[in-house]
Amino acid sequence: MTGRPLRLVWVYPDLLSTYGDRGNLIVLERRARLHGIPTQAIGVNSDQRVPSDGDIYLMGGGEDLPQILAARRLRADGGLRAAAASGAVVFAVCAGYQLLGTEFGGVEGQPLPGLGLLDIRSGRGEQRSVGEILADVDPALGLPRLTGFENHQGVTHLGPGARPLSRTVRGVGNGDGTEGAYAGRVLGTYLHGPALVRNPALADLLLSWAVGPLRPVAPQDEEWARRLRGERLAAAAT
Amino acid sequence: MRARLATTVGGAAGRLSRLAGRGDGSVIGGRIGLWLEPDLLSMLAAGRQVILVTGTNGKTTTTRLITAGLGALGQAVASNGFGANMEEGLAAALGQAPNAPYAVLEVDEKYLPRVIRATAPRVVVLLNLSRDQMDRAAEIWLLARRWRDAFGGVPGMRVVANADDPLVAWAAASAASVTWVSAGQRWREDSWCCPQCGSHLRRDGDDWRCGECSCARPRVSWVLDGGKVIDSAGRAHELDLALPGRANRANAVVALAVVEVFGITVAQALPRLREVTSVAGRYTQVERRGRPLRLLLAKNPAGWLEAFDVVDPPPTPIVLAVNAQEPDGRDTSWLWDVDYRVLRGRRVFVTGERRLDLAVRLEADGIGFELVDGIDDAVDRVEGRLDVLANYTAFQQIRATLGRVS
Repeated sequence: MTGRPLRLVWVYPDLLSTYGDRGNLIVLERRARLHGIPTQAIGVNSDQRVPSDGDIYLMGGGEDLPQILAARRLRADGGLRAAAASGAVVFAVCAGYQLLGTEFGGVEGQPLPGLGLLDIRSGRGEQRSVGEILADVDPALGLPRLTGFENHQGVTHLGPGARPLSRTVRGVGNGDGTEGAYAGRVLGTYLHGPALVRNPALADLLLSWAVGPLRPVAPQDEEWARRLRGERLAAAAT
Repeated sequence: MRARLATTVGGAAGRLSRLAGRGDGSVIGGRIGLWLEPDLLSMLAAGRQVILVTGTNGKTTTTRLITAGLGALGQAVASNGFGANMEEGLAAALGQAPNAPYAVLEVDEKYLPRVIRATAPRVVVLLNLSRDQMDRAAEIWLLARRWRDAFGGVPGMRVVANADDPLVAWAAASAASVTWVSAGQRWREDSWCCPQCGSHLRRDGDDWRCGECSCARPRVSWVLDGGKVIDSAGRAHELDLALPGRANRANAVVALAVVEVFGITVAQALPRLREVTSVAGRYTQVERRGRPLRLLLAKNPAGWLEAFDVVDPPPTPIVLAVNAQEPDGRDTSWLWDVDYRVLRGRRVFVTGERRLDLAVRLEADGIGFELVDGIDDAVDRVEGRLDVLANYTAFQQIRATLGRVS
């Protein structure tokens, strides 16, 4: 890739950033570097315009109130929607994942309009889902098993326009045996841990959606991530 | 009578627990007492001047500093000084000091509203609020809202609160009387937005205000200014604490503001605060195989950020130890919220049950590290002094290895 660096846009870290969400940005930058792709990270706070010319957009988790505010501002701003419409990659976790859908649950569980970038609807479940999660990815994506940690009370229903990212082996995910969703280059998940730390192949998928086929990474640069992954997969399987 | 029976039985259980080598026995005693008498906590608190201390970080140290300052009154003080901060621990601490007219109690953030109802406190201390053990703790905006609701309509209660933490200030503002302290806020990742309306806050140094609603930092009467405290009369005093770091200076300023409520001056309290050298094993200097070690406990991103302020400059090596047991929170994601680049230029050892999480994190920040099997493995690899930073159960394991230093 020549010309300008890959633009990684972190959307609303002031509203949508809880445990470890920064980790997904850090890992994306690192994986890109290992593949020889120069990057530029751009944090966009909720009092700023979301640029529509980014390459990969990241959204993290958040409590109910910040999630509602973020939805309102993003809908009014329009930058993320424009970017997604022109083919940008969007990766969202937890509250951010729910926001991508057509509706999500408000403070009292009432449905509120989301961004409509994914054909999913989320609401509030009976109990909180907290713990290690394992899930087997849609074979069409060609990724190894996902490992992560979930902490949410959401239940997500997929419409015909979205495919499940994975099927749970352990944990709750969307609540119906599936976890996460994707359509085109928009992908969401309940996993943190953070998700891309424990699943570098998922980071590579996002990068490849943005830039095409990737150069391989030297094995020694993946050794620690591979060991962590192995440990977490084994621990969650018991 | 019922309270006495419940505390007697509870006390016996506590002694049994100590004999069995299971902790210091305070929690099991309180648990049995509360089971026998659900109103035990309010019975035990009745007639005393109760001070409750809560916040994400600094509870145990601030509780210790307030207790030290109250010593100027020359009367007995009940306190749960070892951090057992749920109802059982509080009941046990009060039961063990039945005649103490004062009680300084650290309280888990989540239990504060309940404990306020049970103990009718004279003072409630709010230190800070930030992300912590999110797999089991309430989310912090929700927590702040519950605090705010709990402060309304409690007569005679004073809140001493850190005005520099927007969530804390917003929660405290519902109380009838508040002493505002500028205790600083280093960790800001959880308070970029207005607690009232959610707009991005305008921040300038420690000052903050919302651009869209009336929410703003209140006028403060106590200030931490570098190494000095400026008291409510505007006089500056060198703190000169034995405890290290900015966070402990902030805790000390809060403690001084609290003891003033009881008529204790800075001149009376400060010498007593300076005598506090370690708190439940934290900040303790110990010798291990001829090397001096210093033990630091921090449990969440804000705590690690403050702890990095305390560690020796490079090249003093550091051991980082992380577990993810129940009391630590099962989720290690928080490791990604900490910036480790300040550790460059020294040897970094990683240990604990989740040392691989640390390894991947440090690698991403370009920090060289060595995996070690426990504290002694690290000690054997260095000459000279060593700092040790651990989260909760990792800290307890290291203390056990070192023979329960205190």
